[in-house]
Amino acid sequence: MKQPRKHTAPRLAPYAFVAPAVALFALLMLIPIGYTLFLSFGKSQVSGLGLGTGARKQVFAGLSNYASGLSDPAFLSSLLRVLVYSLILVPVMLGLALLFALLLDAQRVRFQRFARLSIFLPYAVPTVIASLLWGFLYLPTVSPFPAILARLGLSMPDLFTTNTALFSVANIGVWGGTGFNMIVIYTALRSVPTELYEAARIDGASQVQVALRIKIPMIGPALVLTGVFSIIATLQVFNEPHTLAPLTNTISPDWMPLMKVFDLAFNEQDSYEAAALSVVIAVAMFVFSYGLLRVSNKRVFQGR
Amino acid sequence: MKLILGGRPAVMRSPRRGARRVHVSAIAAAALATLVAAGCSSASSTSSATSTASSPASSSASSSQKVTLSFWSWVPNLDKVIATWNKSHPDIQVQVQVQAGGDAELTKLLTAAKAGNPPDLAQVEYQVLPTLVSNNYLANVSQYDSNLKSDFPAGNWTQVTLGTDALYGVPQDAAPMALFYRADLFKKYHLTVPTTWAQFAADATKLHAEAPGVYLGTFSSQDPGEFAGLTQQAGAQWWSASGSTWKVSINSAASQKVASYWQSLVTSGGINNQPQWTAAWNKGMNNGQYIAWVSDVWAPTDMPTVSPANTGKWAMTELPQWTAGAGVVGNWGGSSTAVLAASKHQQAAAEFAAWLNTDPAATAALASVSGVYPADIAAEGALSAPPPYFSSQPNFWSLAKGYAADASQASWGPDVDVAYSEFTSAFGGAITSKASFLSPLAQVQSAVVSDMKKSGFTVAAS
Repeated sequence: MKQPRKHTAPRLAPYAFVAPAVALFALLMLIPIGYTLFLSFGKSQVSGLGLGTGARKQVFAGLSNYASGLSDPAFLSSLLRVLVYSLILVPVMLGLALLFALLLDAQRVRFQRFARLSIFLPYAVPTVIASLLWGFLYLPTVSPFPAILARLGLSMPDLFTTNTALFSVANIGVWGGTGFNMIVIYTALRSVPTELYEAARIDGASQVQVALRIKIPMIGPALVLTGVFSIIATLQVFNEPHTLAPLTNTISPDWMPLMKVFDLAFNEQDSYEAAALSVVIAVAMFVFSYGLLRVSNKRVFQGR
Repeated sequence: MKLILGGRPAVMRSPRRGARRVHVSAIAAAALATLVAAGCSSASSTSSATSTASSPASSSASSSQKVTLSFWSWVPNLDKVIATWNKSHPDIQVQVQVQAGGDAELTKLLTAAKAGNPPDLAQVEYQVLPTLVSNNYLANVSQYDSNLKSDFPAGNWTQVTLGTDALYGVPQDAAPMALFYRADLFKKYHLTVPTTWAQFAADATKLHAEAPGVYLGTFSSQDPGEFAGLTQQAGAQWWSASGSTWKVSINSAASQKVASYWQSLVTSGGINNQPQWTAAWNKGMNNGQYIAWVSDVWAPTDMPTVSPANTGKWAMTELPQWTAGAGVVGNWGGSSTAVLAASKHQQAAAEFAAWLNTDPAATAALASVSGVYPADIAAEGALSAPPPYFSSQPNFWSLAKGYAADASQASWGPDVDVAYSEFTSAFGGAITSKASFLSPLAQVQSAVVSDMKKSGFTVAAS
């Protein structure tokens, strides 16, 4: 019969190994999240004119922050706006990324390295800088476009009207995001076994047929991955519209959901309602990405 | 540098709380060079700086402990002004931490104060003092700076005391509004310099007929402080208090009159509907697209960067009046030096704040080096030579002094941040689509009232 193992030393080891990770997770994730939740149920209460010392204190507010936040028409329209933004941005960006990746992967492409680098390059430009650059191009009096278009007999449309501003912002997202997604898709394409191409060529398939019938199905997982990440990223859009806002009266400080949170927290000094809306957005994002991943897991990875 | 990037650091909020933007102008730098040179070469001159230098005993911080005070401000070249103080007060060293602008600083200040580590001193615009006071972030320095009242105009003094016995800051600059116009282009388009808003509107219509695409200015949703100043001129008091009850009158008849007036000008085309402080606006100010600017006496600090090609061509005149000859103007911005409640050296900080804004050498340096239009009455009177940009107007400062005397008394409430933020949101769409300005105005009022009620303020029905 085996002797019972001694547990003293080995038992501590696993805890010691996970301790740093758990400590950091608690410190940087759990505590801030907990504090946000705590704040979201509070509000600031003043007495009298609110000008004396100690006239303002934090009190429990129940769900009132959630109620007022979710019933705020500005927040609801920003939610709708970000969905439309995502619908514009993600298909265009991923379509272009896929197209460029397929072109680069096709045989006999000249300047391949140069093309790959120059398509990737905008991704390396910080979004704030990119937004400023594009913002200047959008403003007719400082942009070179009106002069160029005038030569062609055209005039530049106003890119900051209520209807066009969303496209103007989405354009910056496409410009900055295509390169990164292109690299991911291109890398996936390089790992497709070349025997498949040979077989296809022997069967008489054209380049286009190879792309449609072999390449795209083979890189399905990469497309799903870039798709999910892109959707999550676009729903969190903040830098571009926040940077463009001073350039136009059209983009208000609560134009997108995260801008609304920022506006509440730092311009209106209501960190309580800002916390409540942060929680709402975080939960929505979690449900959304979890659902998306589940569906795509079943479809693309066959549950693997 | 900032200018090239569109006028403001992008990640910051625009300084739209009425804060003026600060540009370190070449001219100020030049003035600075002379000052520094003078200061260096004649440390023992008879300037009043020496009197401060020779009497460090006057500082009541007699403890031998050396203290270092941090000071947040956006005033350009302030460190050069403060160097004089630091030289004469080895025990109280002040370090400036430069901020982007009034609005950006306020955001940081509120956050830092909430976190418990604000600076010792901060530049604070008058309209946000009630917000900071109601959060209990500012120290009452009345016991240290007890004899300053007579140094400042009553209007500025009321703003820093909030009408109480307390003192929450020492007034630094007065900010009466004024109209700036391109004298040469007014002649070219045969416009008369308006003295009333009716004339201003007539000029706008005439200009639009004569030269579409040239404007008498622009109406921006990003400068609520400017609109607030214009409504002040018309007699609006956005907040008032009686007993323990606040009254909010943002959507008053006076504000409505101003809103409708500007709406009609934007709709008819004499006034543009683009924001100020952008690269496009700078270009328009420089190339004659904008030939007038409703602004403030602090404009000389901005003009050299906003319209660099037109030195001497812009002129200042009184803000147009609703009633001819009434002589009333509003305020746009203006700020004070406040001591934070969390500071461990409140007495030293209060002493410095008083020195910065009342000592003749300090206020003279503030005016010449930093372009601040001082609130101190004596300092105001001491300004003689016009700012270099306005050299064609030798009486520039006496005009400014007249406007300061005409400035209507502002009354701010504890919710200015909400009002200003809501103004930008609500007016943005209306300005872009040239729709009615009255419904966004009502929206600002209701947002402020509901926010105040939510916080537990007693708000009178209006």
